[in-house]
Amino acid sequence: MAKKILIVGGGLAGTIVANGLCRQLRHELASGAVTISMLGTSDVHLYQPGLLYIPFGRMRESELFRPQRKVLDRRVPYAVDPAKYIDVESKTVATQSGKTHSYDYLVIATGSRIRPDNIPGMVEGGHWFYDLDGAKKLRDALAAFQGGKIVVNINVPHKCPVAPLEVTFMLRDYLAGRGLMDKSEITYTYPIGRLHTLEPVAAWAVPEFERYGIKSQTFFNTKSVDPKAKTITSEEGTTLNYDLLITVPPHSGQAVITDSKLGTGGWVPTDRNTLLRDGSKNVFVVGDTTNLPISKAGSTAHFEADTIIDNLASLIKEDRWARSYDGKVFCFVETGLNTGTYVWFNYTTPPNPGPPSQMIHWFKLAYNRLYWLSARGLL
Amino acid sequence: MTERTKIDARGAYCPGPLMELIAALKLVQIGDEVEVWSTDKGSVKDIPEWVAKVRHELVGVTQENGYWSVVVRKAK
Repeated sequence: MAKKILIVGGGLAGTIVANGLCRQLRHELASGAVTISMLGTSDVHLYQPGLLYIPFGRMRESELFRPQRKVLDRRVPYAVDPAKYIDVESKTVATQSGKTHSYDYLVIATGSRIRPDNIPGMVEGGHWFYDLDGAKKLRDALAAFQGGKIVVNINVPHKCPVAPLEVTFMLRDYLAGRGLMDKSEITYTYPIGRLHTLEPVAAWAVPEFERYGIKSQTFFNTKSVDPKAKTITSEEGTTLNYDLLITVPPHSGQAVITDSKLGTGGWVPTDRNTLLRDGSKNVFVVGDTTNLPISKAGSTAHFEADTIIDNLASLIKEDRWARSYDGKVFCFVETGLNTGTYVWFNYTTPPNPGPPSQMIHWFKLAYNRLYWLSARGLL
Repeated sequence: MTERTKIDARGAYCPGPLMELIAALKLVQIGDEVEVWSTDKGSVKDIPEWVAKVRHELVGVTQENGYWSVVVRKAK
């Protein structure tokens, strides 16, 4: 009987897994020994890092989307029919349309979502760039901005760990380009006692903040926003005034994970090396939805996906394990509208970012276009 | 009080042990405990410093074989 591989989630992680398995299991797919299918929530695939460029007019909405059917290997049946309940005991997934899919191997790739509703007043008072509507609303707010206090507010947990500094430096360049920096004040808030969780990145950012006159308030975990008074208050007891509030909202996993009792907050307990769900031998977890204490980032999803592809293919073809995930993460860091750097690390190698340059910024701009090759499993 | 939430943040550079603790405390009830394992010596200072600022309860910090264990009780 055919081995059924079911992938729940059509974002980057799930799509890379599907495409990579098609490559490695092409003979098994052709003979019918294996089937691979995918459930998702949308017929379009979004390049999420591109959302950062929308508020500053550097990318257009149409550049961020491609039909999922064109990104995904044609041998993978894809249904826009969100999973409603994942039953790992009976090895089935029930969907919103009422269908039930059985599997031999499951890959949970359901991602994460922003939850500004988890902070009182945030939805009404805040702007963000973590979804398309938010990015466009922020774009319009920035276009109308004529000077004043901007608070760039960071909450925990969130995906894309370098985005807080990226948006701050891009904002600074944007305001300077419009001649508004003399009439504006940027205050950056961060949940822990330095400007970024990565110590070398935080150390690099300190003189940059001083150079550009960017203020900061560390140890700031948002308690509430007062959209009428235009204030934001922290659990630590600090209140800041703002004219424009740009927030990185707290995130959670998807409702299907909590509804299926697979993980508190929507984060699935996952083994850091095998990427198997804790307690499972046939359920892999990939991307943002793991509970692993590593960056929720596209590169993490990509490197995890590569590991799962190798292991799942090896289990099916050779009944043996291939390799472990070593915790690798690689992130470009835009340090303004014209310069960038990058940082990489894994479980045993600490981060060590290099100095920003125009060349690395150009590599990032190139990757904004090359991303689609990664999603298709070619890069 | 439910079972203690355990976070193995050994070798975790990003988000890092304190960010993981802050996220985990949002998901537990008042009175519940979260235990963080960390190989980052700075955590032994950072975590208690933050816990004092927000007035949660530091249950204990112990040095194990190659890592530190920090236990925090959610107080509000």
